[in-house]
Amino acid sequence: MEGMAADIRQGGVAEQVRPSEEAALAGPWQVVVWDDPINLMTYVTWVFQKLFGYSREEAEKLMLDVHEQGRAVVASGPRERMELDASQLHGHGLWATVDRV
Amino acid sequence: MSADGAATLFVRRGERYVAWLAEDEVRVLRKVSAEMVGLLTDGFGHDDPVVRRLFPDVYPDAPDDSAEFRRFTEGELKTGKVDQAGAVLAGLPEREGEVSLDPEAADAWLRALTDARLAMGVRLGLDADTDLRVELDLAVDDDPGSSRVFQLSVYAYLGFLQESLLEAVMGAPVR
Repeated sequence: MEGMAADIRQGGVAEQVRPSEEAALAGPWQVVVWDDPINLMTYVTWVFQKLFGYSREEAEKLMLDVHEQGRAVVASGPRERMELDASQLHGHGLWATVDRV
Repeated sequence: MSADGAATLFVRRGERYVAWLAEDEVRVLRKVSAEMVGLLTDGFGHDDPVVRRLFPDVYPDAPDDSAEFRRFTEGELKTGKVDQAGAVLAGLPEREGEVSLDPEAADAWLRALTDARLAMGVRLGLDADTDLRVELDLAVDDDPGSSRVFQLSVYAYLGFLQESLLEAVMGAPVR
């Protein structure tokens, strides 16, 4: 798991633009969970509690955000950590993406 | 099982989650779990919309980054999904009978039921506007013996079973 996508991008054709790219990539990242028509609301709540340690109330609020807004940010932090979270969400069948804050 | 015989429910018994499954239910769960294992092994293809849903692009606007992420995570994710389908197969009685899950197995069942529902939902073309009951009525009107009627019924059953296991695991119903 170490390194993951962030390390792979080093080198190659992007050599000249790398300094500015690196600066842009330095900021925090976030995991977004998207609404889907299949997953049960109770299940999404359970996953949020289990993976992120939210209380039932917090997890339900987040689940409702996903359901009503179509998406919600469930975590933010270093890119590598966010990729790990997204991967775990995929393991639970949630539709998760990573992007810059 | 409820009085009308239509409903299998998980209940918590000590540290375990227990349900009585009829032969039809065991057969359906064995079928969808075996199909999931097949999809994740010999039948695996990135063009398959079900695979795309189970292994979503983590960077929708950056295909190269998504591909790198996939390269590092897909193997482990696939193994996890095969294992959770395997946990369902391992927990089923031979024909009909009791299913008794420890917390770890219950967790795997919840994830596996999700994968199975996602796969069926994608194949059935269900979207946010789909009303399952209306969909099922339409399919029955069209041809009661069709594969679509069967698939929709199985999909509804899996959701029901999952909700019941969730309620047993989480305590009281959400609302």
